[in-house]
Amino acid sequence: MARSWGQLLGDSDAPAESEVEQRGFFGRLRESLGKSRRALTEQLAVAAFDPGDDASWERLEEALIYADVGVRATAELIRRLEARQDLNELGAALAEEIAALFGEPATLDLAHEPAVLLVVGVNGTGKTTTIGKLADKLREHGRTVTLGAADTFRAAAEEQLEIWAQRAGARFVGGERGGDPAAVAYDAVGSDTDVVIVDTAGRLHTQTNLMDELAKVRRVIAARIDGAPHEVLLVVDATTGQNGLQQARLFSEVVGVTGVALTKLDGSAKGGIAVAIAYELGLPVKLVGVGEGLDDLRPFDAGDFARALVAE
Amino acid sequence: MRWFQRPQLPCAVVFDSLADKLQGALGDLRKKGKLDEEAISRAMREIRLALLEADVNFTVVRDFVARVREQALGEDVLKSLTPGQQVVKVVHDELTALMGEGESGLAFGKFTVILLAGLQGSGKTTTSAKLALALRKQGRKPGLVAADLQRPAAIDQLEQLGKQIQVPVYRTETKDAVEATRSGIERARADGLDTVIVDTAGRLQIDEELMAELARVRDEAKPHNILLVLDAMTGQEAVNVAQAFNERIAFDGVILTKLDGDARGGAALSVKAITGKPIKFASTGEKVDALEVFHPDRMASRILGMGDVLTLIERAEAAVEADDQAEMEKRLAAGQFTFDDFLKAYKMLRRMGPLQGILKLIPGMKDQLGDVDVDENQLGRVEAIVLSMTPQERRSPIVIDGKRRIRIANGSGATVEQVNQLLEARKQMEKMMKQMGRGKMPALPNQQAPEPLSAGRKSGVKRKKKKAGRR
Repeated sequence: MARSWGQLLGDSDAPAESEVEQRGFFGRLRESLGKSRRALTEQLAVAAFDPGDDASWERLEEALIYADVGVRATAELIRRLEARQDLNELGAALAEEIAALFGEPATLDLAHEPAVLLVVGVNGTGKTTTIGKLADKLREHGRTVTLGAADTFRAAAEEQLEIWAQRAGARFVGGERGGDPAAVAYDAVGSDTDVVIVDTAGRLHTQTNLMDELAKVRRVIAARIDGAPHEVLLVVDATTGQNGLQQARLFSEVVGVTGVALTKLDGSAKGGIAVAIAYELGLPVKLVGVGEGLDDLRPFDAGDFARALVAE
Repeated sequence: MRWFQRPQLPCAVVFDSLADKLQGALGDLRKKGKLDEEAISRAMREIRLALLEADVNFTVVRDFVARVREQALGEDVLKSLTPGQQVVKVVHDELTALMGEGESGLAFGKFTVILLAGLQGSGKTTTSAKLALALRKQGRKPGLVAADLQRPAAIDQLEQLGKQIQVPVYRTETKDAVEATRSGIERARADGLDTVIVDTAGRLQIDEELMAELARVRDEAKPHNILLVLDAMTGQEAVNVAQAFNERIAFDGVILTKLDGDARGGAALSVKAITGKPIKFASTGEKVDALEVFHPDRMASRILGMGDVLTLIERAEAAVEADDQAEMEKRLAAGQFTFDDFLKAYKMLRRMGPLQGILKLIPGMKDQLGDVDVDENQLGRVEAIVLSMTPQERRSPIVIDGKRRIRIANGSGATVEQVNQLLEARKQMEKMMKQMGRGKMPALPNQQAPEPLSAGRKSGVKRKKKKAGRR
């Protein structure tokens, strides 16, 4: 059973999701994997895995590297598998070990008035789109939402977010292009909705000035509301390679990331970098983006993700 | 062969200096005076891991390493005193040669059409504008055609950028990208422009419908240049992306974006190796003029995690205003180094990016530093101390007596000892500058230099603890 929005948002009395809705995520992942020409499956399913055979291990290593899991996390997974006695069900064992790396299922901390979410990431990962979809889901689950457009740098970023705000029935707080993003964030968190989501400009984690600016946005939010932002989501593109680790590391240092939103999983990229991020930095994945539609944002389910990564 | 040999698993990962690793693997080769299969294999494994860490696709890695292996067995390597470095050179040269093949320029006709395509978020719209600006600066008359009808506000973005770089943008009220392309190109031609850049919507290579649309847009635009825009941070997926786009629209070359980050950019090698299409440009910053021709040799260094002096120099130049530079030089020549200079130098350094990254650009520095971690906060404290001085104190530090030291310490949240260290550091630096002014190259300030500025242990730079459990 995939993880539901109710579980992610900590709503115990949320209506159960239909099977269609639930299957949506897993089904999509499977589907996209099916499209991928060299899915992990092919690497693993060929004959039975033979723990005594180096070629078998090699195929497995390549499969994980190919999924962008990275050298270190791959080495760790291989080590754990080698330590296991019984490897008849390799797919299942691998899925278990990957899920174990992710740890306990994460929740979004919304128990505040308002709950403030700060969304950060490098350029082009899909921050604004993710926010739009999240706002819509939150509205569906009975929350009023404000979107703050603190991306005052990219041309037309504000317009893009405003369009999403309309689609998701959220309140919108904007600034002016070239204005102070911290000022927009300050205005936005003063809004009396249940949740405030602050969008920020994409920035490479190596740009010191822009990272300083981001730290300021965070400080200003914290100064206005005690304990805020309650969630800092790092949006990571599933096509990202090993640089994703560096992104997670530096954004965490500057704004204290609480979780990852893994986007663009509807492509053939597997998003294995999320495994590396969880393994090396202990950061949970909270959301996954699987398409451009309003419904294409789902709570992250480690089991599903791991199974899709090694789909049979 | 397995990628990781079990006994050496996790240690394979920390690799700060490929040359060192290779030296370790090949060092004893020379003594034996003959080829040692095992040593070569060990060296090749290091190269493989280096390339994997840089996100080069694993199939590409395998082929590439096989090629390098042949050459690494050559005479030069065996005769060399430092076979490790020799192998790095072989790898570097091979990478450079491979990535440098092919036409790096654009094709121009009487009326030139350039089509940009790629995944969502790869940077097509921004790159379109950068390319348009570059062409305008070359004396061409470019226009931008907005054919991204998918992403909300994409056209607004292009229009705003167009205004910024003074290049006309052609938008068409339609839901059909082919129609938008046709109409845009037609109007640009009628307006007497000589070049148009068509900005298409981002799409996944597995999205049949959108890929078919892209092919129709291409047929309509009949471009002289089709360029794939690819994010330098892309992982293993780069191969699928490049292959699929190549099959559908047979692009002529690649623009690699977001190279101003710290991604090693192995995707560049993957794409070149798989499609044979050259990388033509590199996008290196947020500003609209941050588009450069592609330097295969620098990319090779980057993929291998080696120093990149040229990039360092360029970044330093970009960080320092020309006037400042002349002024600074004059003062240094005169042997003056006040705290104002100190602050300026410090700010310049900050503008160049994280110190750790800068240091890594210096060849050999990485080896010297070893596992050193630069503490940026410590640098922040230095700034705080200087900012707590009065203008007079900054100009003539000689006036800073005991009382003033206490005041400065209190004002900056530092201890008096730290203030003392900084004062001492400035003195040392001034001495050094005087030597340089006299044309002598001073010894690098290492251990014996005073605390806050040195690469010593307790100060701005601290030793990273070896992680437990690493073998």
